[in-house]
Amino acid sequence: MANAVNSHAGGSGEVVFHVHSVSKTYQTGGIPIVALRSIELDLNAGEFVVFLGPSGSGKSTLLNILGGLDKPTSGDVRFRDHWLSEAGDAGLTRFRREHVGFVFQFYNLIPSLTAFENVALVTEIAEHPMDPHEALRLVGLADRESHFPSQLSGGEQQRVAIARAIAKNPDILLCDEPTGALDFPTAKLVLDVLANINATLHTLVAVITHNAAIAAMADRVIRLRSGEIVDVTRNAERARPEDLMW
Amino acid sequence: MTALHRKLYRDLFHMKGQVTAIALVIACGVASFVTMRAMYRSLLRSQQSYYAEYRFADVFAEVKRAPYWVAARIREIPGVQQVQTRVVMDVTLNVPGLYEPAVGRLLSLEPKQAGSLNALFLRQGRFADPASDREIVASEAFAIANHLVLGDSLEAVIQGRWQRLTIVGIALSPEYIYEIRGGASLFPDNKRFGVLWMPAHALEAALDMDGAFNSVAIALQPRADEADVIARIDHLLDPYGCLGAYGRADQTSHRFVSDEISQNRISANIIPAIFLVVAALLVHLSFSRLVSIQRTEIAVVKAFGYTNMQVIMHYVQFSLLVALAGYLLGCAVGWYYGIRLASLYAEFYRFPILVYQPEPRIFIWAGVISLITAVAGAAGAVRSAASLPPAEAMRPEKPPEFRPRIIDRFNLRRIHPAVRMTLRNIERRPWRALASAFAICSSIMIVVVEFGMFNSVDRMMTLQFRDAQREDIAVALNEAHSASASLELARLPGVIRAEPFRAVPVRLRHGHRWRKTALLGLSSNGEMRTLMDQHGHRQPLLGDGIIISAALADILHISPGKHLRVEVLEGRRSVHDVIVAGTVDELLGTNAYIELHALNRLLLEDHSISGAFLQVDASHQQLLYSTLKSLPAVAAVSVKQAQVDSFKETIDRSMTISIGTLMVFAIIIAVGMIYNGARIALSERARELSTMRVLGFTRHEITFILLGEQALITLFALPFGFLAGYALCAVLAAAMRTELYRMPLVVLPASYAWAFLIVLFSAVLSGILVSRRISKLDIVSVLKARE
Repeated sequence: MANAVNSHAGGSGEVVFHVHSVSKTYQTGGIPIVALRSIELDLNAGEFVVFLGPSGSGKSTLLNILGGLDKPTSGDVRFRDHWLSEAGDAGLTRFRREHVGFVFQFYNLIPSLTAFENVALVTEIAEHPMDPHEALRLVGLADRESHFPSQLSGGEQQRVAIARAIAKNPDILLCDEPTGALDFPTAKLVLDVLANINATLHTLVAVITHNAAIAAMADRVIRLRSGEIVDVTRNAERARPEDLMW
Repeated sequence: MTALHRKLYRDLFHMKGQVTAIALVIACGVASFVTMRAMYRSLLRSQQSYYAEYRFADVFAEVKRAPYWVAARIREIPGVQQVQTRVVMDVTLNVPGLYEPAVGRLLSLEPKQAGSLNALFLRQGRFADPASDREIVASEAFAIANHLVLGDSLEAVIQGRWQRLTIVGIALSPEYIYEIRGGASLFPDNKRFGVLWMPAHALEAALDMDGAFNSVAIALQPRADEADVIARIDHLLDPYGCLGAYGRADQTSHRFVSDEISQNRISANIIPAIFLVVAALLVHLSFSRLVSIQRTEIAVVKAFGYTNMQVIMHYVQFSLLVALAGYLLGCAVGWYYGIRLASLYAEFYRFPILVYQPEPRIFIWAGVISLITAVAGAAGAVRSAASLPPAEAMRPEKPPEFRPRIIDRFNLRRIHPAVRMTLRNIERRPWRALASAFAICSSIMIVVVEFGMFNSVDRMMTLQFRDAQREDIAVALNEAHSASASLELARLPGVIRAEPFRAVPVRLRHGHRWRKTALLGLSSNGEMRTLMDQHGHRQPLLGDGIIISAALADILHISPGKHLRVEVLEGRRSVHDVIVAGTVDELLGTNAYIELHALNRLLLEDHSISGAFLQVDASHQQLLYSTLKSLPAVAAVSVKQAQVDSFKETIDRSMTISIGTLMVFAIIIAVGMIYNGARIALSERARELSTMRVLGFTRHEITFILLGEQALITLFALPFGFLAGYALCAVLAAAMRTELYRMPLVVLPASYAWAFLIVLFSAVLSGILVSRRISKLDIVSVLKARE
């Protein structure tokens, strides 16, 4: 099977995500557009995975399905004992609330809440959250807690977004082009934070990007094109973020 | 159609919810304007043309009895154009189908109606034959209330003799557009009071008034000096027992009609203004948001070479289309309500024709007003759109900037983040929050005022009929009788208690100020009429002192302890100086009271009475009524409960219409504002709400957060709405204060509760409408979009 990727390298080895024969078709103006075709994929706990692909390759769609933001047209998605492909809106909301941290290209912080409060927003509804101060310390922003988003730089905002994503102690951290809106030095700082989270908290981190340079820091690199997985590479050695160049 | 026009229609369709809300608020404003303003104009025109065509007199005077030739003397007074004498007498009637005795006002019917003053408009039948002493023309209100038709007969006690009268015509008179007895009865009771016109000759004969008259109506020449004419008439008629001539301003029917018309004018100005201000605010808020969403489109269009003017016109057209929809709907609804209102008015006020006929200029004005509303609302938003240089406009708008402000000085840690977000959002846009609060406040105010006015009328009824007038029946005798008459009344079947009274017409004078009223002599130990001061303490009638109503004390500028000149207007017309012993707080009329025996002493008469207040055993009522009807000495019987019931019935009917309508209007304002506010917030905060959905907040939690802002504003607006409603009630109560009426200011808790319920209902309705939008929110695409 060309699209089958089963790996046990990196992380603890326990398979947490099981994606089987997943397809996604959008209807746009009556014309079906296939975003994903029969994807087979397992993701392991504690793994650092990078999804690479040009725009339209289906990587965002896959991430949305993994994060419970979208449902496949056909196929099964299982997270441990949660059958995401069967879940309704309430079930997906609970899944996101309990297990997933999201990081977006455009940060999406709540402008009317301070850095601390943005993080607290999540910890207040999570079951086993970390202290918001601790989350902000992990991303190096302990001294910016009482700032509003408009008072922070882009990199700082993205780090607050990461702190917010990890503060609930999620099983998976899903990052959609986390450095897309950042300049080179800031982007490396943010990637360093992600690597650190992965190393210290053993969170499964999945990053989608079209920046091939980032692939070097992953355990596994999964390449997509036209809705299909075309290549899977395993890095024998993960590069440190500060050594990346683009 | 140009491309820009196509965009216009698509945007309109896209914003259909908000656009509908705005159009409905404009429609309310236009509808209330068209209904009220046109009603005001219709009433005014009906009154003026009726007065002119049927020659409503300018000055009136009542005398005891004056010979015909005196009329010729009146005609000689400079300024007098026409004089018409007549005979007027209130008599007891036996109306078929009515247990209680009714009061009929017999009035001479001029043989030649053409050219006569206060001419009758014959609705049905014919005028009575001048030679007949049996035929009468009945007033329409009385005929309708008692289901009387042509050919029906009723019986009247005339000079102590029963006389059978047959209705040959049903008519209206400009003198009785509002048909009430006057004096102490200020509430219409068409079942038990009616005007009956009888051929002059027959009436004079029946009342022993041959060659004489007891009432005169006078038309003045244009630009005549009314006060001067009145003074001369008073002088001329004084020897004939004149109670004092008066102008139209003191004519009961004219006064009520004119008061109503001017009240209409006030509400025709206030209510539409509230709606249109709210509409302008709504247009402004919605358009500011629309323009900020369409910044980039504006920039692109401008980059292609469209002028600022074209851009401005595009948005102005948008708002004009919304206003046009509201205008058309408002005109239709206003017209419909106008017709219903006119038919309601026709029950209270008898005009030959009272048609709701809006003049074209009312629709033109309504159009101009909606236009101004739309343009004023859109102007600010559109100007900012046009003033943006294309390059800058093409860049996305800066994300909203939040900085620590006032509320952050408080410890917010314990507050839920959703509440914190809401507070900061409100603080960042205080004007918008205030505008929303203003609209909700108006909506609450409308409901509170509407209910409050009815509370006040209700309280007035209670105070007057339960606390002040405790009798069941008041019996007036046709002339002063000895006190033994009271004992006779007390012996009638069903009478539990009878308290005599003596009433005389007087002119009370203090310095240069004076008023005509009735001086009522009451027994000092009476229970039926208790006089209360403003603190609710009973004012005893002691010695020779006089107690006057607080309103009368104000008019005369007099306070207790001072002397008042009492000029008796009947009998020997004696003049006395009497000390004012106290004042009473009364809602109706300008009354004066004195102890019965003191009044007898003043009039140099032995225990005389004019009638009695009776307390009655309800089970013997029918027998009592029929006995009273048969007593020749009884001039008039007024049954309190019947009066209360008939008034309540009319009030309830008008209440159903006006409260129903205004509630709908209030809901439209509240829903319009809350829904639009939530839609704008949803559009502005889509990103943060989507983020929260991604972070694991449920749809309900998000809806709660979004509506929280509106809920908080609504809560904030509530007390102000209550206050504003109370204040407007106070203003209206003060504005409606006349010498006849003093409306108490009462707003019951239930009225506030209704206002609260209506706002709550509107908020929930808006919430449901908006939550449907939230479920359609495309989380992913919102979050992927650039800020």
